[in-house]
Amino acid sequence: MTEEKLTQIFVMGKAYDVPAGITIMDAMEYAGYRFVRGAGCRSGFCGACGTVYRKDGDYRLEFALACQEMVEEGMHLTQIPFTPAPRSDYQLNELDAAENVLLQHYPAIARCVSCNTCTKACPQDIEVMDYVQAALRGDLKRVAELSFDCIQCGLCAMRCPADIKHYHLSQMARRLYSVTESPEPAHLTARMAELGDGAYDAELDEMMSMTLDQLKQRYAERVIEKEGEAL
Amino acid sequence: MSQATAGGLKGGYPDYMRESIAKVEATRAQRLKDGSPKAMTADQREEVLQAWHPDYKADKKRALSVGPSKGELMPHEVADLFEAYPVIDPKVIDLSSPDIETQVLILGGGGAASVAALFAHEEGIPAEDILMITKLRHGDCNSVMAQGGIQAADRAPDSPAIHYLDVLGGGHYTNNPDLVKALVNDGPLMIDWHEKLGALYDKVDGEYLEAHGGGTSRMRMHSAKDYTGMELMRVIRDEVRNVGIPVIEFVPAVELLLDEGGRAAGALLYNLETEEYIVVKANATVLATGGFGRLHIQGFPTTNHYGATADGLIMAYRAGVRVIDMDSVQYHPTGVAYPAAILGQLATEKLRNQGAEPVNIEGESFVYPLEPRDVEAAAIIRECYGHEKGITTPSGIRGVWLDTPMIDAIHGKGTLKSRLAAMWMMWSRHGIDITVDPALVFPTLHYQNGGVEIDANGCTAVPGLFAGGEVAGGVHGKNRLMGNSLLDYNVFGRRAGIAAAHWAKANAAKAPTLKHIDAFTDDLTSAGIEPSRKAPMILPNYRREEVLDRRLEILT
Repeated sequence: MTEEKLTQIFVMGKAYDVPAGITIMDAMEYAGYRFVRGAGCRSGFCGACGTVYRKDGDYRLEFALACQEMVEEGMHLTQIPFTPAPRSDYQLNELDAAENVLLQHYPAIARCVSCNTCTKACPQDIEVMDYVQAALRGDLKRVAELSFDCIQCGLCAMRCPADIKHYHLSQMARRLYSVTESPEPAHLTARMAELGDGAYDAELDEMMSMTLDQLKQRYAERVIEKEGEAL
Repeated sequence: MSQATAGGLKGGYPDYMRESIAKVEATRAQRLKDGSPKAMTADQREEVLQAWHPDYKADKKRALSVGPSKGELMPHEVADLFEAYPVIDPKVIDLSSPDIETQVLILGGGGAASVAALFAHEEGIPAEDILMITKLRHGDCNSVMAQGGIQAADRAPDSPAIHYLDVLGGGHYTNNPDLVKALVNDGPLMIDWHEKLGALYDKVDGEYLEAHGGGTSRMRMHSAKDYTGMELMRVIRDEVRNVGIPVIEFVPAVELLLDEGGRAAGALLYNLETEEYIVVKANATVLATGGFGRLHIQGFPTTNHYGATADGLIMAYRAGVRVIDMDSVQYHPTGVAYPAAILGQLATEKLRNQGAEPVNIEGESFVYPLEPRDVEAAAIIRECYGHEKGITTPSGIRGVWLDTPMIDAIHGKGTLKSRLAAMWMMWSRHGIDITVDPALVFPTLHYQNGGVEIDANGCTAVPGLFAGGEVAGGVHGKNRLMGNSLLDYNVFGRRAGIAAAHWAKANAAKAPTLKHIDAFTDDLTSAGIEPSRKAPMILPNYRREEVLDRRLEILT
């Protein structure tokens, strides 16, 4: 084991010496904080731990997920509790994608001044401003593709001078894109009908009535499907 | 190829690891040509499990001394919570005028809870008569972190029966057959539901991109890049919001409430911020509180979310619900072993189903990449500690390489970044490009295979109490396959929600009591349990010991 190297960070103004090479979240716990808010999945998927910081000698505000970003010497940290943003309720199957429903539900997108602050705030490196522009054009596919990695931490909406609720907007766009332009494959629809008719009941019942030895035998004889090859 | 140099590291790795990476690179072309080692026989599986899987160490678990599953084996860390006193004193709780009355109370804020809420509503319970309560936020859960995919037998040459066989064999034939039948039969139904909700599964030319998982005999893994769990969770959560089902966050349940006749009558909640208790009286209660990863069984790091502390198991047990297969813990074969900052976080099985194989320090492959998870994990532990062919990290942890550059070598450049965007980003944040270099991995605590006993409708032994998702046992037996947990929470969340709705319409809740807590406390005392032990845990404590040692409780 190597000697533990310490680095100094500031949490809401107070200095703490913490081990180098650990995440902001682990560093704050090392310093003595116990999270109630601001910690969720601890793996970068839930968006609970949005954090802002400045570094000594740098005027810029930086954004990160506390569970993913490593501490650096001289970081001045503040955790931003998740702030709910208003969203527009909708009935998915009643939306008309031909109309610009995104603009109707989120008229604030028309106020986008293309300042790109949302994009800079995104810890997932999403081109947020670009998808807002795509939303203005009603280009659902583009919004869905650009926004796909969104974990809905809400930092974009917190920073936006036009009060756009980007992550709610893109959620609606992805769902609408899915039902209008990426339909269910025919084989699933067919399988649903077969299941409804009980087409697979006999095979399953037979399996369920087997003895343990018969099951083990059947398992050992399984043929493993290979990509691109018929069984 | 050029490597960025930062902090004495090249491309994120120290020099001594680079020597081993060079060996991995040197053998890659031949390994790609030869294919991975063959899958193990049943006897080979058994041998590696017995010798190397953490579950098979007898001294790491004990038999419970109290409660409805007295004698049930479980890890010490879990037994310590089952054999523990309540965190509340029933005498100081005023149950006479409940703060909230509702028809269906859902404990939890993850996948199973959200699905149960939506289907209770579909079954005719008005949105305002359903209440979801959760310890963290709605969606801060394990469901949101699932990466690789969801199984469903939805096309030829697959069938629910073949899926059934895969599940049983993977679970060592210890699963409850009725629950497995429900799981596999409802698979296509749930995918169809997701499509109607507007979830975006990976498709090529309008057809699903379906792959294998460890232990599957058909390609039935549906994915949404490596954000499958997040895509499903955010769509389902969005629908819960559209429907208008109320959700209260940061109010975990600390005990269930039962009426005089022993039927479920709601729950006692705790506001984490104001520290008040809240009494909820409900006709039906759904337990969807997830698993126990944050108990760090046998000292393992975990992929699990911050709140995975087994609370629901403890509450249900005190209310009289049996638990099963609690001795069985899923260690995901590939957790991050390096860098230490993200130790134990998940390296999805999808990396392996897309072609990456485990490789040792000499650049040799040593195991079929898609064994069932317990077998794969045991083989990796054996390679590190039996064959001594692991790579030791600067912090003293051993791991093996997961040869991720094989993915683009097999499927074409750009495949990894498009199909495994989350994985690429996770390592790139630490200067490692997994399209160029392999990743270092070791098993990590991932899933609670067992749980509370339910039937195929999600009913527990306590009338009016239902359960689904990771909190429930029996579906996966002693070992779950990849892609069956997302399916599990959908299938049994739905069934529990429907059953709860039916119950709630037919049965009005009676006056709630905490008498079962008094009875359980008496049992603990008779068994001689140390009174300082308390549960549920609610949240783990990761503050540094030196801080805790100096802590004063001055503000009251």
